[in-house]
Amino acid sequence: MGKKEDNIRKAKDLMTKLDHIRNIGIAAHIDHGKTTLSDNLLAGCGMISEELAGKQLALDFDEQEQARGITINTASASMVHEFEGEEYLINLLDTPGHVDFGGDVTRAMRAVDGCIVVVCAVEGAMPQTETVIRQALRENVKPVLFINKVDRLINELRVTPEEMQERFVKIIRKFNELLNKMAPEEFKGKWNVKPEDGSVAFGSAYYNWAISVPYMKKSGLNFKDIYEHCQNNDQKTLAKKSPIHEVILDMVVDHLPSPKEAQRYRIPNIWRGDLDSPIGKSMLETRPDGPLSLMITKIIMDPHAGEVAVGRLYSGKISKGQEVYVIGKPKPNRVQQVNLMVGADRIPVEFVTAGNVVAVTGIKDAVAGSTVGDTPDMEPFERIVHISEPVVTVAVEAKHTKDLPKLIEVLRTISKADPSIHVEINQETGENLMSGMGELHLEITEYRIKNDYGVDIVTSEPIVVYRESVAKKTPQKFEGKSPNKHNRFYIEVEPLPENIIKALYNNEIPSNVKKYKKEVVKALQDLGMDKEVAKGVIAIEGLNILTDVTKGIQYLSETHELIAQAFAEVMRSGPLAAEPCQGLLVKLVDAKLHEDAIHRGPAQVIPAVRNAIYGAMMTSDPILLEPMQKVFISTPQELMGDASRELTQRRATVRNMTTEKDMVNIDAKAPVAEMFGFASAIRSATGGRVLWNTENIGFEPLPKALQDEVIRKIRERKGLKPEPYPPSYYMD
Amino acid sequence: MGSLTFIGLGLYDEKDISLKALEAIRNCDKVYAEFYTSKLTGTTVGEIEKVIGRKINVLSREETEDGRIILDDASHKSVVFLTGGDPLTATTHLSLRLQAIEKGIKTHVIHGSSILTAVPGLLGLQHYKFGRTTTLVYPESNFFPLSPYEIIKENREHGLHTLVLLDIQDNRFMTINEGIEILLKMEGKKDDGLFDKDSIICGVARAGSPNPTVKAGRIRDLEEYDFGPPLHTIVIPGDMHFLEIEALEVFADLPASISKKLQKL
Ligand SMILES: Nc1nc2c(ncn2[C@@H]2O[C@H](COP(=O)(O)OP(=O)(O)OP(=O)(O)O)[C@@H](O)[C@H]2O)c(=O)[nH]1
Ligand SMILES: [Mg+2]
Repeated sequence: MGKKEDNIRKAKDLMTKLDHIRNIGIAAHIDHGKTTLSDNLLAGCGMISEELAGKQLALDFDEQEQARGITINTASASMVHEFEGEEYLINLLDTPGHVDFGGDVTRAMRAVDGCIVVVCAVEGAMPQTETVIRQALRENVKPVLFINKVDRLINELRVTPEEMQERFVKIIRKFNELLNKMAPEEFKGKWNVKPEDGSVAFGSAYYNWAISVPYMKKSGLNFKDIYEHCQNNDQKTLAKKSPIHEVILDMVVDHLPSPKEAQRYRIPNIWRGDLDSPIGKSMLETRPDGPLSLMITKIIMDPHAGEVAVGRLYSGKISKGQEVYVIGKPKPNRVQQVNLMVGADRIPVEFVTAGNVVAVTGIKDAVAGSTVGDTPDMEPFERIVHISEPVVTVAVEAKHTKDLPKLIEVLRTISKADPSIHVEINQETGENLMSGMGELHLEITEYRIKNDYGVDIVTSEPIVVYRESVAKKTPQKFEGKSPNKHNRFYIEVEPLPENIIKALYNNEIPSNVKKYKKEVVKALQDLGMDKEVAKGVIAIEGLNILTDVTKGIQYLSETHELIAQAFAEVMRSGPLAAEPCQGLLVKLVDAKLHEDAIHRGPAQVIPAVRNAIYGAMMTSDPILLEPMQKVFISTPQELMGDASRELTQRRATVRNMTTEKDMVNIDAKAPVAEMFGFASAIRSATGGRVLWNTENIGFEPLPKALQDEVIRKIRERKGLKPEPYPPSYYMD
Repeated sequence: MGSLTFIGLGLYDEKDISLKALEAIRNCDKVYAEFYTSKLTGTTVGEIEKVIGRKINVLSREETEDGRIILDDASHKSVVFLTGGDPLTATTHLSLRLQAIEKGIKTHVIHGSSILTAVPGLLGLQHYKFGRTTTLVYPESNFFPLSPYEIIKENREHGLHTLVLLDIQDNRFMTINEGIEILLKMEGKKDDGLFDKDSIICGVARAGSPNPTVKAGRIRDLEEYDFGPPLHTIVIPGDMHFLEIEALEVFADLPASISKKLQKL
């Protein structure tokens, strides 16, 4: 039996031994070496051949990943590692580093209990390093640190042994600083990494070696030996004496929690159901004999198997042929195949039990974020919120009209597999809008539509998406009338305070108000909202709140759901440019209703409330918000002028500037709309000698001088009349 | 100067039209009608047109509620507006009349017979013992008003009967059986003990026609009963005078055993 087959057999045995499982992610800033590391771990465990590992990147098996040398999709792989005489099953997820694919990292964190954060020794902690630590901590995922590319420090930067030590100390300090800034209260100070206990490792993923303080005792190697071996071009010896997979996986087993340990504190954070119920208890205890609870975190489109749902099994057991429910969908799905994953390979097994990462076919209703159970009424897991939303849109048309139906189907499939892609399908005009996290994200998706799905398409230039809001409180309540004129609703809107917007954004307030009214009211009051206003909350849609502050109006509560529906419609499509609304407090301040229920049904109430909200917004200084980006630039002193010129042309503001030797680091902020084409512009302006990266940081008001023009452009593109309607339009 | 005459066509078919109405229709410039608030189920627009000898412009719900089409014409022509039953029992007609007067249009009303008096009459229940009328609507996922239940309860607490009208949507007419089902569903939600399978309920189908169905009995006996074609109406009786009980026995087949019990004989 080959080593791989032997390992698969062992993996099947280990998956029921909860203390002998680790579910981990690998996350880092782009290019810091996650996939190279993952590959070498797999190879070290005999799951892929050693010659290929790190060079061919088995986990970047996608054609576009290979061509561009970056990871696009989270890949999962299981392997077996021996530690102190016992065998452990490691389920590993290798995540992408490019910001455009950050949603995949967020979702992967839902599936794991621990995480190796890789930091390049040369670049140090970068903006995405901070982001991935935040993503991990939000899910109560415990991180350990691997400082990679140490070989480059020695051979390229030619640092002295002392400088090398200094750099390590600096990276570790920064890492712990970030950790303590963002860690949940209960773990503050407790999750710090320390070289002495082996929660930090150093090495070279490319050359296949690593060291940690505990492993030094085994191998007899110290930092000085490492330095010398690298200098003497003899990293092979290092790889033999201190192989990366041994060092890293020892660290994983020793410092990252088992599912059994982790689920106890992770479940209350991601599931709002009753912890004393059978399913709640079973998840807290990771019981394989309890009810089924599976959280889907990724859908992979496989050319042969179709949609493969990958996720974390928190309770129970999933078997071939079993009937399961995707919560929220009425009919059960039948599980076809149950697999453990090894890179591009899926290894079919009869069943997988609680505490593991699993890949399943046949659950056709599932999307990334779905909860799967054995009853349709199970309480679903909390929504996985990604820190950033799609901000760039292209219009997609089929080149040949006959392909239109197929294109629509493909767009639907794509948005199902990649929740960071939003599509808006317009059957009438045939023009469909596709939004993504950035230019690269859309470019790759366009490529897939053409090549993987074989649909010829034409796309527009990218444009950004906007949000609508108001700058002030409605001066006088706005009246909306129902078509039959027998019902009237009076609305006021105002900007929500920053801290409440932030809490909504971070998903700290449940959005299902109907179900969690008490929690919502309490959370809002704690954030400083007036008691009466908080008590009246009816609905939350995106970053907007609807509240009923009326008193004692007969029958009004019967229409609450209809009022909430009208509110949701408006929040998804505002009055200025039919863009989503953000940061609004919508207050129902009065209402007059018809006596008989038949005259205040959906056809009457919804248009009345819709008009009242639209009108109230239009009389409250309506504004557009545009997406913003942080831009970090690292440039040699002499190119500083060219780099800043590129920035100032783009409405950017410089927030901070630091000098490090002969390099200048610029920390700036710019509108995403102005950043299109920045990559090639800065490359040609500076001969490619400038390092830079960006990160989306939410929405800010568009300068007033630009607003009318932008609104007109969006409206025309959407086939609306060029100017928004005045308030009078919404009066009757 | 124009005028607007609201004409009630009565309950069931073209023969319910009064002579006064006929005269007004024949002398006007233009005839409008709406049939969404109530419907003459025993006839068709074509049949009515034949009898009155005029073309009828039937308006949709939106057009009626909006009102502009009628009011524009009525500002310089004499216009009649036909509706089922008695006009001005529908709030929409009331606001139309108010708008017309505001525009200086002269308005007139020609009454027709109405379900509001026909149903109590057919059952033999006394009209001054009725409380507030209510309507059952087809429940939707986001709209299941429980106010009809509360109104029935309120009426009952005062010993009053409740006339329960049933929803009309496009070509869907709520049946008494569907109505009973909805009332029981409301009971399930409110649990105030208003209805169980032994509660007495009255149902009238096709009031105004030559062969109306008029029934009274326990829910358990009527929930499956076939009342025939529309329109259907329910009455939930309150405290009854002995004469009313007797009438239900004679007009509405209330079983003698129940009648005896009610009269505490
Ligand atoms: N010299 C050196 N190069 C390395 C090391 N680790 C990775 N690299 C190189 O760095 C580049 C990026 O490596 P990847 O493993 O693809 O990095 P990644 O973090 O997975 O990248 P993304 O997934 O796109 O964010 C490749 O060219 C690797 O060969 C290392 O330890 N030493
Ligand atoms: Mg990678």
